Amino acid sequence: MNLLLDPLVQRMLIAGLVVGIAAPIVGTYLVQRRMALLGDGIGHVALAGVAAGWLAGSIAGIAERDALALPGAIIFAIAGAGIIERMRARGTAAADVVMAILFYGGIALGVLLIGASGGTSTNLLGYLFGSISTVSWQDVWVSVILAGVIIAIGIGLRRALFAVTHDQEFASASGLPVNVLNMVVAVLAAVTITVSMRVVGVLLVSALMIVPVAIAQLMTHSFDRTMLIAMGIGAALTLIGIAITLYVNLQPGALIVVLGVLTYAAVASVVSIRRRRKARVSA
Amino acid sequence: MPDAPIQSSGPTLLTGSGIRVALGGTEILHGVDVSVSAGEAVAVMGANGSGKSTLIRALVGVLPLTGGEVLYDGAPITAGARAQLGYVPQRITAAGGVSATAVEVVTSGLLGHGRLRPPRDAKHRVMAALDELGVADLAKRDVGSLSGGQQQRVLIARAMVRDPKLLVLDEPMTGVDLQSQVALVHTIEHLKAHGAGIIVVLHEIGPLATLIDTAVVLDHGVVSFRGAPPRDLGIHALPGHEHTHAHEDPRPPASGPYLEVRQ
Repeated sequence: MNLLLDPLVQRMLIAGLVVGIAAPIVGTYLVQRRMALLGDGIGHVALAGVAAGWLAGSIAGIAERDALALPGAIIFAIAGAGIIERMRARGTAAADVVMAILFYGGIALGVLLIGASGGTSTNLLGYLFGSISTVSWQDVWVSVILAGVIIAIGIGLRRALFAVTHDQEFASASGLPVNVLNMVVAVLAAVTITVSMRVVGVLLVSALMIVPVAIAQLMTHSFDRTMLIAMGIGAALTLIGIAITLYVNLQPGALIVVLGVLTYAAVASVVSIRRRRKARVSA
Repeated sequence: MPDAPIQSSGPTLLTGSGIRVALGGTEILHGVDVSVSAGEAVAVMGANGSGKSTLIRALVGVLPLTGGEVLYDGAPITAGARAQLGYVPQRITAAGGVSATAVEVVTSGLLGHGRLRPPRDAKHRVMAALDELGVADLAKRDVGSLSGGQQQRVLIARAMVRDPKLLVLDEPMTGVDLQSQVALVHTIEHLKAHGAGIIVVLHEIGPLATLIDTAVVLDHGVVSFRGAPPRDLGIHALPGHEHTHAHEDPRPPASGPYLEVRQ
């Protein structure tokens, strides 16, 4: 229990908790739209933003050269999400090709920019794999505020966002501002990725959005409940993952995702056994 | 919906004039005129690829026009005017990756321009709409697990929960069971009696024959026939259809529906 009094542990748990709750909200809309990999595409662009922030910090002569990394990531991620959404809406290019271009372009630009700022690609490792143990109180409060915005919009507008991700044609015919709502989902995804970057890293951020939703889908047929259960699972996974790493020397981001995948496998097995039993009883 | 039933057609609700639509650089509709009045049911018919669905998707604002205009109540249609419109697509066009219950799907029908959250009485209205379509017992079921006819009824309930002044349906009779066809006939009867307009895309006029006031037949993106629907079943009986000869008396009998729906 004494560990809970340690400010570092407090920061890790708070940052993990807010990200664990917020990420699956956006993940539910991405899965609904069958764009589960969107997070990966935006994540790689965010990485370029991190490097651009470093470069800006170097040029400005700021002592802490990564001070502008988070703002850089947010700007790049939102721009990347906007581009993906525009191209998706217009159908100007296949979604998977756009995503692939962002993957490669984002990571390559990130490496180039970090080099130009006088750093090396190892400076990006913390963002690629997460570095929750290095979060400051300022990082935590920024995360709490941004996650609060994601939760408020993601839940408050869930009926409209559901309408537009479930049946865009009907939503459009009903007079809903379809383009605006689509952009809201894209921007929410961008902000979520930026906030989650420090906890699980760019490479695994999408997992935190998608895996809890995949688990929740095994448990319910309701959209609302899927979102709610996924939020609970996301929070539990991040807290348990971080708690384990306090005692065992493991990488928190990777552990959180592995725990999620194991939970998915366990729940899928239980559901499958139950279905078979049910079928046998009714036969 | 108004309480006092209206028996005859009223003022024009929706007018599409000179509608032109191009898809992928190819013009599908070459200047189509269509209108529907309060209390009137208009069937849009034609062979596959004639542009039926394209026309109504353009009318409801899903597809952009390359020419012509759509008027609602005499003024260019706006997002606000679409609040009075209930659209039933042929199927759920963007089948989601997350399951949703019938209640959740129908609740989305209560949203529209300036209304991003459902009203306070949403639950009551949604259940009433599901009940009206005879699918209240499926309220908590995953829509994706329902039969084609049941899904269609949920989609009609989603449009009906809006209390539409104009109901637009895209091939609602295709691949649905008899029970769902009966539910649709009742819905259209009810709407017509209360002064709402209906535009329905049909491949065959079938069970709706006696409810349809005007048939508009499309052929390669132009109107080839407009008038009262014919006695015979199917588009092949319609004047203007490429496989038919002129029909002398296309007017349906005053009574005797093809499908007895009253219980």
